[in-house]
Amino acid sequence: MSTPESPSAEVELLSFRLADEEYSVDIMSVREIRGWTRATPLPHAPPHVRGVINLRGTVLPVVDLSVRLGMAPVPGDSRNVIIVVQVGSQTTGLLVNAVSDILSLPRSALQPPPELLADEEQSFIEALTIVDGRMIRVLDLRAVLPDQSAEAA
Amino acid sequence: MATDPMAQIRASFFVECEELLESLQDSLSALQDGSSDSETVNTVFRAVHSIKGGAGAFGLDALVAFAHRYETVLDALRAGRLEVTPDAVRSFFQAADLLQDHVRAAHDGTPAPEGAEAVLCALETLIGGPAEPEASPGFQPVPFAFEPIPLALDFDAPDDLPAPARWIIRFRPADALYASGNEPLHLLRALAALGAAEVRCDTSDVPALEALRPDAALLSWRITLPGEIAEEELREVFDFVEDVCTLEIGREAEAAGARPPAPAIVAPQAVTSVARPPAVAEAPAEPAPPPGPVERRATPRETAATVRVDLDRIDRLVNLVGELVINQAMLAQSVAEAGLPPNSAVMTGLEAFMMLTRDLQDSVMMIRAQPVKPLFQRMARIVREASTAVGKEVRLHTEGEATEVDKTVIERLAEPLTHMIRNAVDHGLETPELRLAAGKAAEGVISLSAQHRSGRIVIEVADDGAGINRPKVREIALARGLIPADAALTDAEIDALLFLPGFSTASQVSALSGRGVGMDVVRQAIQSLGGRVTIQSAPGQGTRFSISLPLTLAVLDGMVVSVADETLVVPLASILETATLAEGDIRALGPQTNVIHLRGAFVPLYDLGAELGYRAPKPSYEGGIVLLTAQEDGSRAALIVDAIHEQRQVVIKGLQQAYGRIPGVAAATILGNGRIALILDTADLVQTATGRTRIRPLALAG
Repeated sequence: MSTPESPSAEVELLSFRLADEEYSVDIMSVREIRGWTRATPLPHAPPHVRGVINLRGTVLPVVDLSVRLGMAPVPGDSRNVIIVVQVGSQTTGLLVNAVSDILSLPRSALQPPPELLADEEQSFIEALTIVDGRMIRVLDLRAVLPDQSAEAA
Repeated sequence: MATDPMAQIRASFFVECEELLESLQDSLSALQDGSSDSETVNTVFRAVHSIKGGAGAFGLDALVAFAHRYETVLDALRAGRLEVTPDAVRSFFQAADLLQDHVRAAHDGTPAPEGAEAVLCALETLIGGPAEPEASPGFQPVPFAFEPIPLALDFDAPDDLPAPARWIIRFRPADALYASGNEPLHLLRALAALGAAEVRCDTSDVPALEALRPDAALLSWRITLPGEIAEEELREVFDFVEDVCTLEIGREAEAAGARPPAPAIVAPQAVTSVARPPAVAEAPAEPAPPPGPVERRATPRETAATVRVDLDRIDRLVNLVGELVINQAMLAQSVAEAGLPPNSAVMTGLEAFMMLTRDLQDSVMMIRAQPVKPLFQRMARIVREASTAVGKEVRLHTEGEATEVDKTVIERLAEPLTHMIRNAVDHGLETPELRLAAGKAAEGVISLSAQHRSGRIVIEVADDGAGINRPKVREIALARGLIPADAALTDAEIDALLFLPGFSTASQVSALSGRGVGMDVVRQAIQSLGGRVTIQSAPGQGTRFSISLPLTLAVLDGMVVSVADETLVVPLASILETATLAEGDIRALGPQTNVIHLRGAFVPLYDLGAELGYRAPKPSYEGGIVLLTAQEDGSRAALIVDAIHEQRQVVIKGLQQAYGRIPGVAAATILGNGRIALILDTADLVQTATGRTRIRPLALAG
């Protein structure tokens, strides 16, 4: 998490690939990156919840980010990775196709996304930026992984 | 605040208070049971006295005042001026409850509880009215002892007393004494430790405030000590400061010169020095703990040596041991896969390792285990309060207080148990008139017991009341639309209706119940602990609620099974038997449901794979393996699994509740291969099972 009191001029993003699109998250919320492990499915869980894996003795829920954003599921093979992120007190694994890069950008290079109401996915995007001609979406993890109380049925 | 040493001392005072309150309750129970030996009475007195003493040191005036009056009455009991009567004991209990409230209020900094005056008055009428200090001979008005007594007392008073050859020390520090970090108070205390010191401070050199130089040494002291002390000892005290002060040590005769003793002048100071216990005079600036007049009579209690440890640290240890168990399982699996011969050194070593791990785990679990006694004592209070509120005479009988249960379980059991006890007092027991009419003693008995039974702990709440009024229960259930009008229910099924949400049999809303919180909440709480609750009731004889809980929330004996390529753990405790289905065992019940025919009984069949959404129901279950499980209401269910692998102890890992509660899944564990397996809650699973079963009439109560 970036420190709210002093928004530094630089921002570091971890970019990754979902289907053929490029997304990124603030690197401060990333705890680690793990290779693909088969998750134990949870019965009656929402479709984007891939299951749980063993993260050094704790039970870590894994979310298929692709499904969460309304796209086809990540196939789940050895090329896929799980990005372990922490949002608030929750630690969650995000299953993505592949991690691409760590980008260091001035904060001013981030643009707010235009408001297009048609996409459900859009509310998950915090900002947009362009690196080497590629558009990279910066995800709002709090929107992607809402507080458990909101999600609990 | 956390680094404040005073706050720490204060915190440990409150911990001590808890212990004292516990021993107070214990001894009062002993008194109630007719033991009135002096040791018991002393323990009661001592507990209250110690709380008062500590409270005084922290300036908790309300607590001191309450404890003081309580103690005064107890003192009368100790002196034999008060008989131990049931009424008296009841008042003592009430006062003890209030004392607890006072302690809690002092701890939280909230206002003192109300109703203290009434209880105290009731207490004091036992000894014939409010106690004046004179009414309790031998009692020191200890509160005085805690006011810091300034050193600069009586500096105008005549400076000697008639005593032969006493030491007179004149001590005047120079500035350098303070500059070198010395503290006259320590020297004075050291002197006081030698004998009954009389210390006077001379402040005559202190100028008016404007002229005061804050770093100047202006005070001097005159200390009188008994003549028996050797001069070397006195000199030793001043060893390190001799060069930075003016010191005169001499015998009184020499120092006082020819001045005659003046006995008449002793009077003005008599007031203070008599009221002050000697201990205080010796160390004037230190609020000493009150001298316990009981100490000499008290036989030292045998207390086991204990260590207070942060619960966090224990939890960390438990977690680490859990990791170790998992690691050991992984190791065992890789060794097995390597195909080493069974007698190889690795295998033998691994076996020893497994045993050690198991022992270690048991020991760690034991650290977390705590006796249920404090919980039961809380219940005793609930009984007292509840019975007073509804005007019934109730006696609580407890058994198995030493039974040890995981701390977390104890904490989470308090609420459901409180509810059950209140229910027992309010609904279970009849009024004294009805009881007498039924030929029972007017006093109802509620018994609360705890025991270990085959790896689980069983807690029972039983009353000797009228039993469940089944026609009335049925009527209410009908009226609320909980059961169809033509439902034919067995007694056990009717009893189980009590657990339905929103059910209450109280025809009148009393002070205790009728608040819309029912037994369903109790059952939920127990279930969340992995436990079950059952009812047995006999008309006219009473009702018995049994709570069966796992001993710990950290490990579990489970059966590892697989269903549709997923590995699951089923708690061993919930499995009655396993069976292989043969042709003809399975009978179709409805279009989508089956039952199995097992020794003359029909048991509903559930496909675990289908219920958990792993696969569609299979076309045929012939030759399938079923686990026969028992529900808390005694009904059974058969669960189809694909294979049974092994029985083993598994470490329970909480599922982050990130995606809501998963019906039928209690927790997770980590298997030897590092994968996560879900631990099933079969009762919950069957209750929420859909699709393959018709709605059973008692599905809600199941």
